[in-house]
Amino acid sequence: MKKFLISAVTAALFVGAAPAGAATQIDFWHAMSGRLGELLQEQVDKFNASQSDYTVVATNKGNYSEALNAGIAAFRAGEQPDILQVFEVGTATMMAAKGAVKPVYEVMAESGLTFDPSIYLASVAGYYTNTDGEMLSLPYNSSTPVLYVNKDALKAAGLDPEMDLSTWDKVGTAVDALKASGSKCPFTTAWQSWIQLESFSAYHNVPFATEENGFAGLNTELVFNSPLQVKQVEMLGQWAKDGKFIYAGRRNEAGTPFRAGECALMTESSAGYAGVKKEATFDFAIRPLPYWSDAEGAPQNTIIGGASLWVLEGQTPEEYKGVASFLNFLSTADIQAKWHQDTGYLPITTAAYEQTKASGFYDQNPGTDVAIIQMTGKAPTPNSKGIRLGNFDQVRTVIDEELEGVWNGSKSAKDALDSAVSRGNELLRRFEQANR
Amino acid sequence: MEKRVTFSNPWLPYLLVAPQLVITAVFFFWPAFRAIYQSAFIPDPFGLRTQFVGFANFEYLFSNPYYRASFLTTAMFSILVTVLSMSFALWLAAMADRVIKGSGAYRTLLIWPYAVAPAVAGVLWLFMFNPFTGIITWSLAQMGYSWNHGLNGGQAMALVVLASSWKQISYNFLFFLAGLQAIPKSVIEAAAIDGASFWKRFWTIVFPLLSPTTFFLLVVNVIYAFFETFGVIHTITQGGPQQSTTILVYKVFADGFVGQDLGSSAAQSVVLLVLVSILTVIQFRFIERRVHY
Repeated sequence: MKKFLISAVTAALFVGAAPAGAATQIDFWHAMSGRLGELLQEQVDKFNASQSDYTVVATNKGNYSEALNAGIAAFRAGEQPDILQVFEVGTATMMAAKGAVKPVYEVMAESGLTFDPSIYLASVAGYYTNTDGEMLSLPYNSSTPVLYVNKDALKAAGLDPEMDLSTWDKVGTAVDALKASGSKCPFTTAWQSWIQLESFSAYHNVPFATEENGFAGLNTELVFNSPLQVKQVEMLGQWAKDGKFIYAGRRNEAGTPFRAGECALMTESSAGYAGVKKEATFDFAIRPLPYWSDAEGAPQNTIIGGASLWVLEGQTPEEYKGVASFLNFLSTADIQAKWHQDTGYLPITTAAYEQTKASGFYDQNPGTDVAIIQMTGKAPTPNSKGIRLGNFDQVRTVIDEELEGVWNGSKSAKDALDSAVSRGNELLRRFEQANR
Repeated sequence: MEKRVTFSNPWLPYLLVAPQLVITAVFFFWPAFRAIYQSAFIPDPFGLRTQFVGFANFEYLFSNPYYRASFLTTAMFSILVTVLSMSFALWLAAMADRVIKGSGAYRTLLIWPYAVAPAVAGVLWLFMFNPFTGIITWSLAQMGYSWNHGLNGGQAMALVVLASSWKQISYNFLFFLAGLQAIPKSVIEAAAIDGASFWKRFWTIVFPLLSPTTFFLLVVNVIYAFFETFGVIHTITQGGPQQSTTILVYKVFADGFVGQDLGSSAAQSVVLLVLVSILTVIQFRFIERRVHY
């Protein structure tokens, strides 16, 4: 009986696998969970239904760090997937892994499919492109920091809810008025290193690190302790001391009090839009990230966060062909426009942006185009293309630690940034040594 | 007289301990050996190339004042977790031991938290102490005390200690309760007849007789605090604010698992291994002498 069962099951499996057996399987490991995971699966299903040569199998491998680890461990064991989603912090690690990573431009060229890198938004694709202009990974989910405004809170403080908040001076005036009228949380920020230092530097066209923010070489050194960045951190430190800036945590913890209506202003990723829209019981608006009007060249463009898709080495040419056609499929305007509208992530191609604009989505959902305008307003400079640092996760931790020292009043802005630079540089030198 | 079990087949005893030996070798000795081996190299994450650096990973670690400072943080954290979870568990066990009606329900409830994963325990405590929406934060604010463990290092330490201890109390409780029940009733009754109060009996009779259990738990709890608490810290503070809750094992996790710096992570594991070995030896050499079996 048992034997019969086993053979029956085996037979059933074979029968079930037969149609799929004809198609080449493409493994795609990702870190999207919840609603984002469902949307990703939808894209994969659409691709699988659209053709019969390839079957993409998408698997969630946990959060970003876990997915990266799973990919690395699998590579070491020779069991790597074809496509791995890696967050922006892991970009330098992936780039340095020559022999493990097959650059996207190469995959595309070998596949013989048409591939035009110019259809991608320069400021998004630039983050994942080398200095020779070759695209190394395909941008997938990219966001950029914007300012969220609780209009009801501004009104309650006697301010015009439509007031100009484009510069830090003006935000300062608003914050003062909010505090004076008894607001418990006039301003807060998520992702302090990414928004208040990395994007801040790009937005003001000042370098975050030498060697084009690390794009041009592993011998990069941090330089985010220049007077402009010190001024920004000093201002926030003073606000923290006066109870005008409430620090909530290193990641996106600030979203909780903002969505609950406790905080009036918040700088957060544009991808936080879905959550705010769902939970906020107040009138809110999305504004561009503020800048210092006296800084030359500001506002430049902000930089992205999020993740991109990397193709790993060691697969058959047939699989790479499938990968190429899947990546092309993901870049089509329909897929990108839907992804952009559903999630608040940026569309990665100009066509998807134009299509969304034509559909009237931005008119119905005011503020959803702020991020993309802010990203594409000016052609990126070496200071605003992106940031590519080794051991970036540890560097961010160092920055978080030092900034917390400023927020709780135990360190001056200058000391904290100087110390973050020298501690961060040690981590960069270590990465350089490991990847010589 | 010494009790001795004799086996007719000389190989049988080896066969019986073999599974345990194999598990120890595969899951303890082999990884420990790998960590020691890897600590002499700086590999890239994908294992494509690796450089022999001798002791350079250790040099890199100990030249970093922040790493040295985290020893002190770890010591404070471990002492607090061990003392808090053991003393609270002992108190609960002593109380539960006296309960006559419904003792099973009490015990089950007290053992419950042990089934909670560290990361989940962290999230639970984080909910209660969330600086904005936490119910305890709110209650504290009513009493005029402002709580924000995101900025206040002392509060952050208190929170991770609380969450880590809470999880361990169940385990300690179980052992203490078993220990208490193994103490002969006649001894305690004799003392009671002589007029010794509950607490007098507890400190002069029960506590000394419990010492083997206490000693065992001391060793286990120190190891717990050193090795198994990174989940709690990762979910609650990520080592912050500044470095106030960056204990050694959290740094191993953050550098190795999140940051992909395997050489340094391996070196840190070796440092921890040595440290805990030394602590355990000290415990056995000096504290075990005071234990009555």
